[in-house]
Amino acid sequence: MRPPEPGRPMLRAQDVHKRYRHEEVLKGIDLEVASGEVLCLIGPSGSGKSTFLRCINHLERIDAGRLYVDGALVGYRERGDCLYEMHPRDICRQRADIGMVFQRFNLFPHLTVLQNVIEAPLKVRREAKAEAVERARALLARVGLADKADAYPSRLSGGQQQRVAIARALAMRPKLMLFDEPTSALDPELVGEVLSVMRGLTEDGMTMIVVTHEMAFARDAADTVAFMDAGVIVESGPPEEILSHPRHERTRGFLARVIGARA
Amino acid sequence: MTRVVPLRRPWLWLGSAVVAIAAALLALSIYRNPNIQHGVILQYQFAPAILAGLRTTVVLALLAALIGTLLGVLLAVMRLSASPVLRLASGFYTWLLRGTPLLVQILIWGNLALLFEHIGPFRTNDLLTPFVASVIALGLNEGAYMAEIVRAGIIAVDRGQNDAALALGMSHPLALRRIILPQALRVIMPPAGNQFISLLKATSLVSVIAGGDMLTAAQNISSANLHTIELMLVATFWYLVLTTIASLGQHYIERRLGKSGVGIHATS
Ligand SMILES: Nc1ncnc2c1ncn2[C@@H]1O[C@H](COP(=O)(O)OP(=O)(O)O)[C@@H](O)[C@H]1O
Ligand SMILES: [Mg+2]
Repeated sequence: MRPPEPGRPMLRAQDVHKRYRHEEVLKGIDLEVASGEVLCLIGPSGSGKSTFLRCINHLERIDAGRLYVDGALVGYRERGDCLYEMHPRDICRQRADIGMVFQRFNLFPHLTVLQNVIEAPLKVRREAKAEAVERARALLARVGLADKADAYPSRLSGGQQQRVAIARALAMRPKLMLFDEPTSALDPELVGEVLSVMRGLTEDGMTMIVVTHEMAFARDAADTVAFMDAGVIVESGPPEEILSHPRHERTRGFLARVIGARA
Repeated sequence: MTRVVPLRRPWLWLGSAVVAIAAALLALSIYRNPNIQHGVILQYQFAPAILAGLRTTVVLALLAALIGTLLGVLLAVMRLSASPVLRLASGFYTWLLRGTPLLVQILIWGNLALLFEHIGPFRTNDLLTPFVASVIALGLNEGAYMAEIVRAGIIAVDRGQNDAALALGMSHPLALRRIILPQALRVIMPPAGNQFISLLKATSLVSVIAGGDMLTAAQNISSANLHTIELMLVATFWYLVLTTIASLGQHYIERRLGKSGVGIHATS
């Protein structure tokens, strides 16, 4: 893992706009995440959280604004006043450095657990097979699944699948990890095992942006919590401040609903 | 011990008996028919000319299937691309080749010399021998059908698979080859197998341009000895052998694909 250089911004979003045909989904997002920092993004369904994450690795193209990851503009080259969309090869290179974990795991069902983990290191990074396998086994051990290397994903529980998905993303040695509701599709008793793997990552200094409804996780793992609603960041700050003393009515309403729903 | 008595199904038995008797009568009437000379069938069943035609039929079908599959993947990807020009081009191709009879397409390719005497520095008839014209006509037509089959297969793969592949830094072609198509195969295989069996039989159409296939060979012989029915029965036997082998192969491949857990989607 890269040693974090505290303070250097890993992600910088400036006035990011994104529209789908009729509706503007992101209406000017400004956000900074320092290297080694953990940001938890909370907000109601449909507020644009997933869209924002997908913009960060250019799975979606933005309509206005700028996104920088580790100082480099995402998906475009800037010359003068103009943005030129990058060659696909360069976009792939950028994405390879950003790990992404999905709500529905999206493991490759035709590949074994080990094959899932080594696929991108072999085919994208062109690593030697022995080395990739060795590292994959270490990563699987780290997420507690050393014994499942040869199983197919369909044989695993949801929690196990999500841990494999995390190992798969880590195998590319990302400098930034994006999590899109990584525990929302899990049975309640399986949530803990995934969150504990993620806590381990924060302790190693991984820079992470986590969309989540797990307020307990946000409270003790995040450096910053940002509340998003209807395509804007309503407020952000230390977890204690946002979760316990929100300034905005919309934040208060959301938190009351989330916490009410759990009680 | 308790005995399990299955439900009795008298109608099923009666129906089966009727079918069996009808089949036996038909076979008998062909066997007894004085207009059929069984000696001629036996004489030509393994005749070198017929076997050469059989080989050509197999090669034609395999080459056309290969061209059709590659073309089908290309057309399917074009059809699903973000570019309206590529989508339109692919749609037009499929519309044209599925919308016209294969027989007409074969006749056009076989007679292209009437339209263009030369292709570049070459004489059209030297380049487009009947065999080459047959391969092209069958392959291009096959491509139009395979395009639809492959497209349906790609669409059936969960969109999250492509997202996950791209998020790992894979290029679109790499994601297609390593992640999407292997999963699409399960959906593609059954109709593609049927398509191949149709193709095996459709090769017989190239006899209209003397494509050298088995039917061409059979017709060449029957036009000399006038034993038309006998030679058609000779050909029928071989077509059945080919389609039976193809069906068994299809069955085997589908079973293999079914085992690997492919397509059991990784959802909760
Ligand atoms: N591919 C798409 N096409 C059109 N609209 C979309 C698409 N993806 C998301 N949206 C819309 O964008 C809005 C934000 O969605 P999303 O980012 O998924 O929100 P969240 O993750 O916060 O629930 C929703 O209204 C959704 O309907
Ligand atoms: Mg979402």
